[in-house]
Amino acid sequence: MVQRIERDLNRFRHVVRGLVKKELRKFMVTGELVGRQGREMVSIPIRQIEIPTFRHETRRFGGVGQGDGEPGTPIGRAETDGKGPAGDSPGEHMVEVEVALDELARIMAEELELPNIRPKSKDAIEAEHGRFTGIHKNGPESLRHFRRTFREALKRQIASGAYDFAHPVIVPIKDDKRYRARRTIQAPETNAVILYLMDVSGSMGDEQKDVVRNESFWINTWLRHQYKGVVTRFIVHDAEAREVDEHTFFHTRESGGTRISSAYQLAADLIETECPPSEFNLYLFHFSDGDNWGGGDTQVCVKLLAERLLPAANLFCYGQVASPYGSGAFINDLSSAFKSVDNVVLAEIGSREEIYDSIKKFLGKGR
Amino acid sequence: MTVLDQEHLTSLIGEIEDYARAYGLDFFPVIFEMLDYEGINMVASYGGFPTRYPHWRFGMQYEYMQKSYGYGLHKIYEMVINNNPCYAYLLNSNQIVDQKLVIAHVYAHCDFFKNNAYFKNTNRRMMDEMANHGNRVADYMSTYGRDLVEDFIDVCSSLENLIDPNALFEPTERREDRAPDDAPPPRDVARLKSKSYMDPFINPPAYLEQQRKAQEEAHARQQFPSRPAKDVLRFLIEYAPLPNWKRDILSMIREEGYYFAPQAQTKIMNEGWASYWHEKIMTEKALRASELVDFADHHSSTLAVHPGQLNPYKLGYELFHDIERRWNTGCFGKDYDECDDIARKAAWKRDAGEGREKIFQVRAIYNDMTFVDEFLTEEFCRQHKLFTYSLNERNGRYEIADRDFRAVKEKLLFQLTNLGHPYVTVVDANFDNRGELYLKHRFDGVELRTDYAKATMEALYRVWTRPVHVQTVSSEAAVVLTYDGTTHRERALSAAEAA
Repeated sequence: MVQRIERDLNRFRHVVRGLVKKELRKFMVTGELVGRQGREMVSIPIRQIEIPTFRHETRRFGGVGQGDGEPGTPIGRAETDGKGPAGDSPGEHMVEVEVALDELARIMAEELELPNIRPKSKDAIEAEHGRFTGIHKNGPESLRHFRRTFREALKRQIASGAYDFAHPVIVPIKDDKRYRARRTIQAPETNAVILYLMDVSGSMGDEQKDVVRNESFWINTWLRHQYKGVVTRFIVHDAEAREVDEHTFFHTRESGGTRISSAYQLAADLIETECPPSEFNLYLFHFSDGDNWGGGDTQVCVKLLAERLLPAANLFCYGQVASPYGSGAFINDLSSAFKSVDNVVLAEIGSREEIYDSIKKFLGKGR
Repeated sequence: MTVLDQEHLTSLIGEIEDYARAYGLDFFPVIFEMLDYEGINMVASYGGFPTRYPHWRFGMQYEYMQKSYGYGLHKIYEMVINNNPCYAYLLNSNQIVDQKLVIAHVYAHCDFFKNNAYFKNTNRRMMDEMANHGNRVADYMSTYGRDLVEDFIDVCSSLENLIDPNALFEPTERREDRAPDDAPPPRDVARLKSKSYMDPFINPPAYLEQQRKAQEEAHARQQFPSRPAKDVLRFLIEYAPLPNWKRDILSMIREEGYYFAPQAQTKIMNEGWASYWHEKIMTEKALRASELVDFADHHSSTLAVHPGQLNPYKLGYELFHDIERRWNTGCFGKDYDECDDIARKAAWKRDAGEGREKIFQVRAIYNDMTFVDEFLTEEFCRQHKLFTYSLNERNGRYEIADRDFRAVKEKLLFQLTNLGHPYVTVVDANFDNRGELYLKHRFDGVELRTDYAKATMEALYRVWTRPVHVQTVSSEAAVVLTYDGTTHRERALSAAEAA
């Protein structure tokens, strides 16, 4: 019986989907959805959908109530409950709808025109999967295939004339027995590691971190949709780099200078020891205000990237977030060094408005 | 908590049906069905029916209900359908005492459906009709495309309250509403009677010319519809340039609107009547001593009063009790009404004993509007602490405004007029001689919400396909809103035009 409503419910979800799509840019810019996601769902605030009809402006009109109190006593907001013609409360009702993260990723893909990620070449990453789809003559009793065994026994008994139609008893012997067997399937690896690197030097304020947080939400949503298992790791750096957990990543506040090479060094070590590129799809996202320490550190960075990080990573993205102290030159150095390298994406995020375009740029590569 | 098994339930239903009949309730056969909360939420989202045409807004209702049930904000104990036989849905997780109460409640609703005059012309086979509508819409969807049909249903739903609830008692067709012929104005002018030799003096050419002009002007002024059409939906069905499938969908929406109208018209009475009887049946017959506390808890939450809103269950219930008391003690009639002495009125006692008879009569011939108008007395208003509230613009809060009986009654009656919807009629279907639709909102002291009005006009335009005008009052001045398919305009009206 509930199936009938499923049809209408799906249509409603379709309507909601359209609304979310329309408002996606707004959500991206304001970061409203950050922190609203659960394991699989994200709850999205939308304006309550109403079918317009001719109706009274009852906001100032009020209504009739019951109870104690003198004229002038506040009665609290009168909410309509659908029970008869009570007052209509002012303001717009916001309701929350649950949308699967996967669905959100699909909406995002449609709106941003994101290409699906092309798997790495087949021989690069392969994993073995076993599925019990084969049949074998030997095996453990727990995997015995009853129907096949029965059929073999039946065939043998009929062929040997031992089958009695009046008294059909089938007794399998050892040769009749069939067992389910494991077959190995080669499948492309579906695990990904997202490595976030962020500059937490004194020039990166709360506003900048908020931008990063917002970016990471949409990046995670997209990559989780594309890969089965996604692990996120976080590295912060000023003059020194260290690995931190997610909360610290977004809330820590260091001061001091910026030495980007420290973070690249740590990332390279991390990749080498814990997530070898043969087993994982690696994504590196680095956010900074681009004000790197002078004295050749940028040269060190370029070297690290070219030799250790870029060969390992599917994608390296650098987002330069404008801070009140201005925007540094790092992005220019990178772009001149890696002009024609395919897995490097650079974006300047001057304000919140540009989050939308930067995400489109980052994820638009299809890598 | 005990949940009922089938056998026990059947015996309970039989028992309560007997009590109800013994009290004189008269109903169609009732078919009970047990549903889990998902099932009952589904039925509730479909407006009480197991099947409706496919549309996303039912899904939306369902989603909201599921959520608010999940958060423990609301729970539907039962649903009843006005149909012959009546269908009633019970929530399977109700306790036994709740089920009893609800069953008694259901029988009273069914009695109301069968006997109240406003339900007289409702379709008692609406279950089947709704299912047919569902099939027809599904057919159209497979022929013309789901999006196209769904989109048109959105348009129709915007217009669904543009019906005339009072038309329930009118014959289905009125001659004078038909479109006028396109005949030219008559060429001959009525002459005054005269002998032939006197004719040039009695009907001089100047006079004839004047008459002819007047006649032509009258013809030009002739309007269509000849008088304002309140049933806007019917007007559109008959005269809007629609393909047949759209016309069919519009008429389904209208039919369903008329089916639901009496329920909206008698909400206070219907719920009051059902609450009156579930209490009576339970306390006098069906209740076991051990169930008393649970019953009292449930009953009082049904009749609970929250400041700032009127509980229709409570208002109707108390009014029926008040009527019964007054007609039992003779507090009615010329003597009582004309008595000015409050003390004497309060102590009025005449052994009339007509209470029960009176409430049965009331449930047969009144609707909420006439019910409140007739039986909401000043004493009742004072005793039940009714008040009006309004918005205090300075602090944005709703505050109690007045406890004056006349103010309370006026506001209440306003909310019940035309089901609380704005009173809108088609005045001219050939406005400006350009085939544009001119509607008029009768201003009763409350303005239209312009944002909604504009969106609704867009829906009207989709049906009528020519510009649509709505005459109304905005910021205390008469205006005409116009939508021409691309832009909205607003024009102030002079006093002469507004009249």
